[in-house]
Amino acid sequence: MNAMRWILPLAAWVLAPLMLGIINRVKAKFAGRRGQPLLQLYYDLFKLLRKSSVYSRSTSLVIRVAPSVSLACAILCTTLLPWGDLRAPAAFTGDFILLAYLLGLARFVTVLAALDTGSAFEGMGASREVQFGALAEPAFFLGLLVLVLQSGTLSLSSIMSGLSATTWQSSGVLLVLVAFSWFVLLLTENSRIPVDDPNTHLELTMIHEVMVLDYSGPDFAYILYGASLKLWVFAALIVNLVVPMTSLPVWGQIPLFLLGIGLVAVLVGVVESILARLRLYQVPKILIGSAALSVIALIVKLMD
Amino acid sequence: MELFISGCILLLCSGTAAVLLGRSRAASWVATLGVWAGCGLALVPVIQTLAGRCPDPLRIAWSMPGGSLTLGLDGLSAFFCLPILLISPLAALYGCEYLAHEKKSLGSALFFCNVLIASMLLLMAARNGLLFLVVWEIMAVSSFFLVVFDDEHASVRDAGWTYLIATHIGTGGLLVFFALLGRQAGSLDFEAMGTAKLAPAMASILFVLAVVGFGSKAGFIPMHVWLPEAHPAAPSHVSALMSGVMIKTGIYGLLRALTLLGAPHATWGWALVVIGLASGLFGIILALAQNDIKRLLAYCSVENIGVITLGIGAGVLGRAWGQNGFVVLGFGGAILHVLNHAVFKSLSFFGAGAIAHATGTRDMNQLGGLFKSMRWTGLAFLVACAAICGLPPFNGFVSEFLIYLAGFGGVQAGATETVVLAILLTGGLALIGGLAAACFTKAFGVLFLGEPRSDLANGAHEAGAAMRWPMAALAVACLGIGLFAPLAVRLVAPAVQIVAGSDAGSLGKALSVPIPFLSAIAWASFSLLAMAAGLFFIRRRLPRGREEAMTGTWDCGYARPTARMQYTATSFAQPLTHLFRFILGERKLGSVLQGLFPRGARFETHTPDAAREWFFAPAFRAIDRGVAPIRRMQHGRVHGYLLYIAIVLILLLIWKAGGQS
Repeated sequence: MNAMRWILPLAAWVLAPLMLGIINRVKAKFAGRRGQPLLQLYYDLFKLLRKSSVYSRSTSLVIRVAPSVSLACAILCTTLLPWGDLRAPAAFTGDFILLAYLLGLARFVTVLAALDTGSAFEGMGASREVQFGALAEPAFFLGLLVLVLQSGTLSLSSIMSGLSATTWQSSGVLLVLVAFSWFVLLLTENSRIPVDDPNTHLELTMIHEVMVLDYSGPDFAYILYGASLKLWVFAALIVNLVVPMTSLPVWGQIPLFLLGIGLVAVLVGVVESILARLRLYQVPKILIGSAALSVIALIVKLMD
Repeated sequence: MELFISGCILLLCSGTAAVLLGRSRAASWVATLGVWAGCGLALVPVIQTLAGRCPDPLRIAWSMPGGSLTLGLDGLSAFFCLPILLISPLAALYGCEYLAHEKKSLGSALFFCNVLIASMLLLMAARNGLLFLVVWEIMAVSSFFLVVFDDEHASVRDAGWTYLIATHIGTGGLLVFFALLGRQAGSLDFEAMGTAKLAPAMASILFVLAVVGFGSKAGFIPMHVWLPEAHPAAPSHVSALMSGVMIKTGIYGLLRALTLLGAPHATWGWALVVIGLASGLFGIILALAQNDIKRLLAYCSVENIGVITLGIGAGVLGRAWGQNGFVVLGFGGAILHVLNHAVFKSLSFFGAGAIAHATGTRDMNQLGGLFKSMRWTGLAFLVACAAICGLPPFNGFVSEFLIYLAGFGGVQAGATETVVLAILLTGGLALIGGLAAACFTKAFGVLFLGEPRSDLANGAHEAGAAMRWPMAALAVACLGIGLFAPLAVRLVAPAVQIVAGSDAGSLGKALSVPIPFLSAIAWASFSLLAMAAGLFFIRRRLPRGREEAMTGTWDCGYARPTARMQYTATSFAQPLTHLFRFILGERKLGSVLQGLFPRGARFETHTPDAAREWFFAPAFRAIDRGVAPIRRMQHGRVHGYLLYIAIVLILLLIWKAGGQS
């Protein structure tokens, strides 16, 4: 059983870059293109790892250390994720607080590394990243409050293993509200449309992509891989929430979970294809709105 | 107890010696040596108390009314002594170098610094209301003299006045508090006060007085106005001492007052939660808008006091509802945050001081790129920034984690009021945490990273050893408390037991509840460090002989980017200050560009403090107008004053005679 617990992190480490492949393929289909290979990010990662790096003369130690720290945070986050009935390798009271703060630490170092280059572009991206991050954090925690209230337990693993088909019958509304709120967070935190556009590299509107302009070689590989793990973390939370896996035997949960992750990737691709990017001033509104959804869910639950 | 008293006496003696030595170089070393020795002596009984062996209180009969002169330590005061005993020696050492190039005589500054430290220690040990007030006043006055050290600047004198007035408004509240409570109890001794039977209305009045009195020292909104004035004005090691340690005496006083007022009412807890939330949010939003690094840190202290008060509020509510989970996690998190804030806030003030010392400015928009010239200061400041944001693996995370858990525990309990508390706690803390991250990426990024924005920043140099070592020690403490969190919680336990009040017996088991998940946090922190180090090692080995190239920052094809095109502190914070513009009331001054080839333009932003601008300034103007007629009595003619004395004496005589007949 203990060894089984490591399957999810292992799956995350191996399969996370594939999610981006799926998203890109969906977007290509919508645009009527053939699109890049599904495994493109893997090729990119291996190519980057074999390259040498170029650093700006303005930079200091920070930009050299930041990729390692943010990747370490993302990897540690994957070990906190449960998988239906399977508990996470590291599950303890309040593990979701650690998860949120590890993502916070990753953001902290990425933002500092962006400021390290002294580029006005990257400063702009960094400034927006912290703004949206500050609003995303309460939304995440309020969503968690709903789940804690629902399950009466204080660790991700027991919260998620408590969700079953019967939970959906009794309080499906709550789960839908939280899932929607967290999906908005997924789009925000992973810099997808409608918040940010991962495809535009040099426009004044972008956030995450502009912060990583000055990375190259293995550093950039770390950043890309870390970003895909972060996408996986959010997708896994949503899949756990939406797909009531606990009714199935353990061997059946695994393919169902992976299928769910794939569907989240497809959904992100569809959203990216059919929505336009929001104006920057609108983004705080949808973040505050998604936090409000969780508060509504809490009130609904209390009214029962 | 004798060791504790002799430590205080040593502090006072070495301070006096420093005054006598005056201008000579030895003065600061004598005073510093005194601080180290005095704090070392006082540390022994403090550690004994925390280990469970309280020293016998020292009772000295005195001729003042209201009980005896009693000095004693218990778990609560011993814990609050820790930050004093940890930060003061480091601050004194730092001050030696910080003030080394000062032309003035340092005697008085050294003296008042030692008096401040001794008075804070005595305050923790005071077990009598009158003694408490006397020491409180000595503390306020000695720190006033430290704030106005650079009194040749008008701004510093103004800051000193603001501080003096604010602290005495608080003292006024405390005077009434102790007078009323003493009357109810029949004695000013804390022991007697603790057992006094109070009517609920009386207890609530006393609670409000305590919040006003102690809150003005701690920096609750809107009584925080003195912090952003006094902290930038004072020399940096004094700011570290005041912001890191002295404002915590307000928190200590509040907790002590709660132990004196008997079983708390739930409304008190809600009041504290609201005060905490307001201080936390307003503090960090105002901090975001600042461009002066020490003002920014001062507002951030308001925010941290807010976080501490949130925890205390949860603890008080837990006592009122009889739920030990809230009591342990709320009070435990709050009290641990007191120590954590002392460590990282002093560290960040030391860092800010080193910058001001090296460049001569505190304006962040003038600085930048300091990491290359001040590597050690930069690393220490980076640790402080991460710890303030509550990020693992540093100490801030541990205490915020406990307060978060108190909130989630409230949801688990499931009752409506606990869920409301949980929404306020977790939602508030998350927003504060996110804004703090924005604030301190701005602070570190703009100060230390990128390119120097002016010649002042170009000429920066690393601080000397006496300033570097205290910073290194505190940075290690930040990491140490984070990595050994379960041990830190054991340190807090005696203090929590005291504020938890009479039901301490049942707390025994609840106190050990946080240990297992704090161990998990500690493991996670260790693995995070190990993994990051491992990944960095792999990354260093990866190029296998291929050379690293150095070039300019990618400038999108623009030919000549200059350092002044970088994002500044103001522009970095702009999205958030724009979002919260209804709170900040930012003023923009500047000219509009004209013509195709504009000759030049100015642009300034100022963020006034709303409480100062809209509340205190009009209030004081009104008071000023109100008392203007009385001022006519103050005419400077001696015979007039003699007449006043005669009139008062005659009135007193008549009153006395009337009373007897």
